[in-house]
Amino acid sequence: MACESWKAHLDRYVDGELPLNEMHDFETHLRTCLPCSRAILSRVQMKRAIQVAGQRYAPNAEFRRRMHQDIAAKQPHRLRFRWTLAALVLAASVVAALTSVYLERVRLRTDSVYSEIADLHVGTLASSSPVDVTSSDRHTVKPWFQGRIPFTFDLPELQPSEFSLLGGRVAYLDQTPGAQLIYQIRKHRISVFVFSEDSLRGKFPLNSGTGRTLSFHSETWSQGGLRYFVIGDASASDIHSLSELLKSAGV
Amino acid sequence: MSNASPQSDSFEELAMPLFDQLYNFAHWLTKNRDEAEDLVQETYAKALKGFPSFRLGTNFRAWMYRILRNTFLTSRSGLKETATLPIEPEESEPIVPVDRDTPESILIDRSNQLLLRNAIEELPVHYREVLLLCEMEEMSYQEISETLCIPIGTVMSRLSRARNALRSSLGIQLQNG
Repeated sequence: MACESWKAHLDRYVDGELPLNEMHDFETHLRTCLPCSRAILSRVQMKRAIQVAGQRYAPNAEFRRRMHQDIAAKQPHRLRFRWTLAALVLAASVVAALTSVYLERVRLRTDSVYSEIADLHVGTLASSSPVDVTSSDRHTVKPWFQGRIPFTFDLPELQPSEFSLLGGRVAYLDQTPGAQLIYQIRKHRISVFVFSEDSLRGKFPLNSGTGRTLSFHSETWSQGGLRYFVIGDASASDIHSLSELLKSAGV
Repeated sequence: MSNASPQSDSFEELAMPLFDQLYNFAHWLTKNRDEAEDLVQETYAKALKGFPSFRLGTNFRAWMYRILRNTFLTSRSGLKETATLPIEPEESEPIVPVDRDTPESILIDRSNQLLLRNAIEELPVHYREVLLLCEMEEMSYQEISETLCIPIGTVMSRLSRARNALRSSLGIQLQNG
């Protein structure tokens, strides 16, 4: 009989399931224990006999051929899924790349518009006659544009704000005529440009937003078919306040 | 032998090398060529269908054997076999070591494989499957546990009982022979 303390280890040993340290201890024991060695030998013989006897049945050639054909015809190829996934990733990458290129072009064109607006503003301030109609009265300035630009617009009542209207002139953005109004707040002069959205459509991909170009603060939006730009060296909050006044007048 | 981490991802590449083994296992379970073919065919059909949900990195061989075994258990012959299965406790029982003229040594001496095959076939299906997976497929206890969805302790106790049953069956047959 095998030793009581090792009985539970016999099968695990022949199945190679003993942990290394226990296996080492057991092999040390086996060298001095004949009953356990015989018990192990008989189990190894049984294992080998079962392995030989177990490999008994083989599929016939016809069944094997049929199965191969079936599998080859119907297999859901994980590779195919991978390719599909890869194609989708590639397509997404292409879309992302195109979107990125498009957005970059949009950004460049938008920057170009702001840059041109800034140039117009600077050019006006540098001019010896920055306005063609000089008046702080909106009811004087607005009619002055009649016949000079292909649209009309409303100007806000400025009281009780700190803003004052200095006058206006016709400005051209990409050969499109529009109104340029000059406002003042404290010592800062602010240009407000108004263009017809239709005449700018397709040329400048602008949405509403604020910006900062050449240290000028600016704000733009579309309202009532008109595109407004407000730009100046005043603070962003002043630019925004004037923009809000204009928006309220345009409603 | 281990297919624990398949690198390939074609079902055909993974499954077809197991074809002969699965067929052999199926035949041992069903004890019938036609039923074994049906079982293998159904196993591959189910595996094909379920392959997209198979998680790479898990044990593909255990997965295939599990499908085959579950398919068998729900088949007519499988239900018939399990219906007659004796209810036994799953705890380990003391292993009886053999230390004299053993059935194993007699078996080897006589090269009488037929007795052994008959003895294996006569084992209840739960013992037969665990014995075949361990001895023929050389699966680890862990793999068998995954394949049969039973705890490792149960694998060990079933294996021990299967061997004892085989040993006593062989002893009787050898005596009669």
